[in-house]
Amino acid sequence: MPQNEHIELHRKRHGQRLDHHERKRKKESREVHERSHKAKKLIGLKAKLYHKQRHAEKIQMKKTLKMHEQRKTKQKNDDKTPEGAVPAYLLDREGQSRAKVLSNMIKQKRKEKAGKWEVPLPKVRAQGETEVLKVIKTGKRQKKAWKRMVTKVCFVGDGFTRKPPKYERFIRPMGLRFKKAHVTHPELKATFCLPILGVKKNPSSPLYTSLGVITKGTVVEVNVSELGLVTQGGKVIWGKYAQVTNNPENDGCINATVPGYPEFTRNVLTTTKNTKIQHAVGFQSQDHQEDR
Amino acid sequence: VIAADVERLLIQFQDEEGEVLGSPFDVPLDITPDKLQLVCNALLQKEEPVPLAFFVRGEAEVVSSLGSCVKALGVETEQVLPVVYQPQAVFRVRAVARCTSTLQGHTEAVISTAFSPTGKYLASGSGDTTVRFWDLMTETPHHTARGHTHWVLSIAWSPDGKKLASGCKNSQDGSIRVWDTVLGRCEKILTGHTQSVTCVKWGGDGLLYTSSQDRTVKVWRAKDGVQCRTLQGHAHWVNTLALSTDYVLRTGAFEPATATINPQDLTGSLEELKNQALQRYNKVRGSAPERLVSGSDDFTLFLWNPAEDKKPLARMTGHSALVNEVLFSPDTRLLASASFDKSIKIWDGRTGKYLMSLRGHVASVYQVAWSADSRLLVSGSSDSTLKVWDIKTGKLNMDLPGHADEVYAVDWSPDGQRVASGGKDKCLRIWRR
Repeated sequence: MPQNEHIELHRKRHGQRLDHHERKRKKESREVHERSHKAKKLIGLKAKLYHKQRHAEKIQMKKTLKMHEQRKTKQKNDDKTPEGAVPAYLLDREGQSRAKVLSNMIKQKRKEKAGKWEVPLPKVRAQGETEVLKVIKTGKRQKKAWKRMVTKVCFVGDGFTRKPPKYERFIRPMGLRFKKAHVTHPELKATFCLPILGVKKNPSSPLYTSLGVITKGTVVEVNVSELGLVTQGGKVIWGKYAQVTNNPENDGCINATVPGYPEFTRNVLTTTKNTKIQHAVGFQSQDHQEDR
Repeated sequence: VIAADVERLLIQFQDEEGEVLGSPFDVPLDITPDKLQLVCNALLQKEEPVPLAFFVRGEAEVVSSLGSCVKALGVETEQVLPVVYQPQAVFRVRAVARCTSTLQGHTEAVISTAFSPTGKYLASGSGDTTVRFWDLMTETPHHTARGHTHWVLSIAWSPDGKKLASGCKNSQDGSIRVWDTVLGRCEKILTGHTQSVTCVKWGGDGLLYTSSQDRTVKVWRAKDGVQCRTLQGHAHWVNTLALSTDYVLRTGAFEPATATINPQDLTGSLEELKNQALQRYNKVRGSAPERLVSGSDDFTLFLWNPAEDKKPLARMTGHSALVNEVLFSPDTRLLASASFDKSIKIWDGRTGKYLMSLRGHVASVYQVAWSADSRLLVSGSSDSTLKVWDIKTGKLNMDLPGHADEVYAVDWSPDGQRVASGGKDKCLRIWRR
């Protein structure tokens, strides 16, 4: 093992032997014979190791040869017909409208057995009051501290009007009010920007639910009428529950996912154990439906 | 200006082609369509009274009374007013309301369905390369036809109900083949389209019409395969064609008015059947030549008179997404176009004038089918529902949910009893009253 480049240096300075290429060629052609001699004559553990390695090499060689052969000949297509049969009018079209139509083929449990949804994020960190609400001092001497300002993103409905400023205890700043959420469907891997209809449950506290505070893990209801979903009974679905997956106050947008159509499980949404905040018991999922 | 106390009006009955019936006579302004019908039937002197619809100035239908129609149009009462009468179908098809069975058996999505001309048999083609025949009496599978190597994209019955032709997907090469069904071999190959052919229609006057993705519609003479005309005008792929005499060519010698509860096979020798079919064809066609409508990806439809003219009769715009299927009504008066913009538009079959839009689907409308009396329309859509529309009122008659996935193919049987629909969920559903 040369430790330095003296060999290469010498070659650069003085060139190679005059018969270098000839010797190289002959050595390479002898190598094949030497290999086979070795393979025949080796015994014992060395033989086992050598044969194992050689076997793997041969398999690889055969594969590459076969690939080269296939590349050269034109193959007739497979007998098996491809999936995704489509009528003639849809042949040359990508399913661009498919991304908007969620597949109704997935089996759903019947709605009579009121099931509980399994939420994508079952456990979320509960947020304490000091984190979510900031104390606002008011009064002539700025001593009264009964007002609170929400520091997280919140949702207020369409017809929201503030209470008279003198009496409002919770301030929800306009800059932190959001109306739309980016909802991802996990099966389709498509994301839609859908208007929020309301905050269903904030796992940290019912107070936050009533205020409309949206933090990570909150379940919100979104308006899915633009997706054109239809239940098997023919009703058009216009609302769905989605769970928020990011911290909206850090990102400036609300990302949420819709749980798939899973088996319904018992308990839905809990907070981690090291806070005193209660479990949020699962709620009934009922997609809002309108009769057509 | 109509004076308020004018009570009577001179009218002259005309049929659709302009021939007058009888002489002008006086009627009170508040006459209703029923009474007009009685009078007209008396003039027509037929054995059985035929239901008629009346139109003033070709557009406004007389709905409640002649007076309201006249007032709306503001017609002068001094002159003789021509009133066009149109015979409607004698029989009435009832809307389908319930799904009587789900026929399973296909192992891939059902792509095309077709009832035989008398409505006795049902065939469906699917992505699993088979064509299955279904027995409608018991609503069970009858027979599976294997042989294709790829998805069966389209099926069509011969008008005598004895043969079914099916086509499967292969590389699209833009040529059209004319096959001899008796000897089973290809007679002619018509080339001319530069891109794949999307639709082929046999006309009744010895012409063959084809549309292609190269934005043209070509007219060929069926006898020798010579290309007569190329109809240009579309700006994008031409998806679909419809002939005004489509329905009557499809049903052949079978007259939907004579349908019975149990569909029967056509009886009679080939000559008799041919004669009957020819008579029916001439009656529907009238004196004007066949009209052709083409629907395209450029969101418009063109109405052509292909036997005579290279220029279109009318261009029908209004859709906001590509037009997937166009279909003339069986009496050739109306035209329905289904589009990916979730609506169906109804146009006048003669002039191409827009009549109404049928909205209700929440996703692209894929296919439509007319009932045999031209009063109802069923549409299948990507939102997995079918909807039955009443054309007279322009409203939704019946909503038929039940498919688990997109509905790819819809057909109404010519005897009006059943609707068959097949879709991505691999099931074929039969709907009845």
